[in-house]
Amino acid sequence: MLKILKYSFFDLIRSKWSYVYFFFYLVISSSLLYLSGDVSKVIISLMNIILILVPLIASIFGVMYYYNSREFTELLLAQPIKRTNIFLGQYIGLAVSLSSSLLFGLGIPFLVFGIFRSAEIWNFIILIVTGVFLTFIFSAISFLVALKNENRLKGFGIVIFLWMFMAIIYDGLFLLSLIVFKEYPLETISLTLSMLNPIDLSRILILLKLDISALMGYTGAVFRKFFGTNTGSLLSTLILIMWTVLPVWAIVRVSNRKNF
Amino acid sequence: MSHIIQIANLYKSFGKTKVLQGIDLNFEESKISVVLGPNGSGKTTLIKSILGMVIPESGSIKVMGKEIQNQWAYRENISYLPQIANFPANLTVQELVNMITDLRGKAARDESELINDFGLGPFMKIRLTNLSGGTKQKVNILLAFMYDSPIMMLDEPTNGLDPVALIRLKALINRKKAEGKSFLITTHIMQLVEELADEIVFLLEGLVYFKGTVDSLKKTFDEPNIEKAIAKILLKNNIV
Repeated sequence: MLKILKYSFFDLIRSKWSYVYFFFYLVISSSLLYLSGDVSKVIISLMNIILILVPLIASIFGVMYYYNSREFTELLLAQPIKRTNIFLGQYIGLAVSLSSSLLFGLGIPFLVFGIFRSAEIWNFIILIVTGVFLTFIFSAISFLVALKNENRLKGFGIVIFLWMFMAIIYDGLFLLSLIVFKEYPLETISLTLSMLNPIDLSRILILLKLDISALMGYTGAVFRKFFGTNTGSLLSTLILIMWTVLPVWAIVRVSNRKNF
Repeated sequence: MSHIIQIANLYKSFGKTKVLQGIDLNFEESKISVVLGPNGSGKTTLIKSILGMVIPESGSIKVMGKEIQNQWAYRENISYLPQIANFPANLTVQELVNMITDLRGKAARDESELINDFGLGPFMKIRLTNLSGGTKQKVNILLAFMYDSPIMMLDEPTNGLDPVALIRLKALINRKKAEGKSFLITTHIMQLVEELADEIVFLLEGLVYFKGTVDSLKKTFDEPNIEKAIAKILLKNNIV
């Protein structure tokens, strides 16, 4: 698996899209830091960008990479290696290369700005960690969708829809349901609902850390009220891990039964 | 004579399409067997089943005497040349060669000889995305023939090759056969069949329709060459 991972990573990290992705974060975070100068505010702005953009890019790259390497995967399948190792290697190679673009794109400007001497260091680390989590989660989901769908257009469609649903539609439905059922006690339901969406969860994780949860919508407020900062962070981290492990487990399962 | 691949009662369907409908087939050691058949007759599915890429519904496949279901280590005895050559875009040819060698865990044997034969020398440091289709096919051939595997499976090996490379490929196949390697080839080029095949397996609608030498195929259908014999089979069965 490590061998496949190594070569997938080298292949991807040299693609021009990895550079575009890296430079995008580099430019955005440098200019935000330069314009605002307030690290805490910059982290919040970046959070809003990351929560939308990371899942989108990971989804698109995931399906694109799977479909593009489809024929090469067949050559790999003919080698004396286990199937599981091929797909896990490719997936982790992809997720690690996307995560490095994110890490270095955001890391370098903050490093130059002197994040290590700032009190915001932990908030920044949380931002990076959730970004990496979202990369791993959404590239796993998109890999899984691509594995299940031979039809490229359909695969793309499903992945884009899933992203739109989790990043945009979900929150709308969530708020709508809160308004419709406002006569009832909603704490448990809203907690459950926000756990089911990794993007919401990441938001909670960052907001609980930044201690401004009340400012950022009902989801965060409910979490804060219920768990206090530490338990809440721990629980959401655990659930994020589950969100990563489940699709990866499904990738292994589906790939072992698939006909190529 | 020993059988290097034994297939018994192999069934496979994709949804409602029945692709393999009870294939019984043995491939002999140190021979060149060519699998022929119209599109959709199950050639590729058969080859992919032997490689473990397609999981059959029922039946058994033995490679060098061992059942292959849920196994993977047996593939170190097989070199496979896929039909479509498509490689990771941003790796160089040399890196790709290293990768496959790394994965097989066995040093390549005829690497430099093959690179010379197919004129790949100047391309080794070039990224695969910048190669032409023909050159990619040569890289494909390099990857398949580099290792000392007893079984060689070639899916349409002549795709996109220039005449020089084609002649070298045929010589290469004959040389490897003389070394005792067993070949399983699919192709649409009848001239290649005529020149190389020790044995022809003709698949039709998921079953073995004919198995025998080139001469016996010609005799059975009373035609002067393979092309006509096969056309006769197809017309007889209302395939065309």
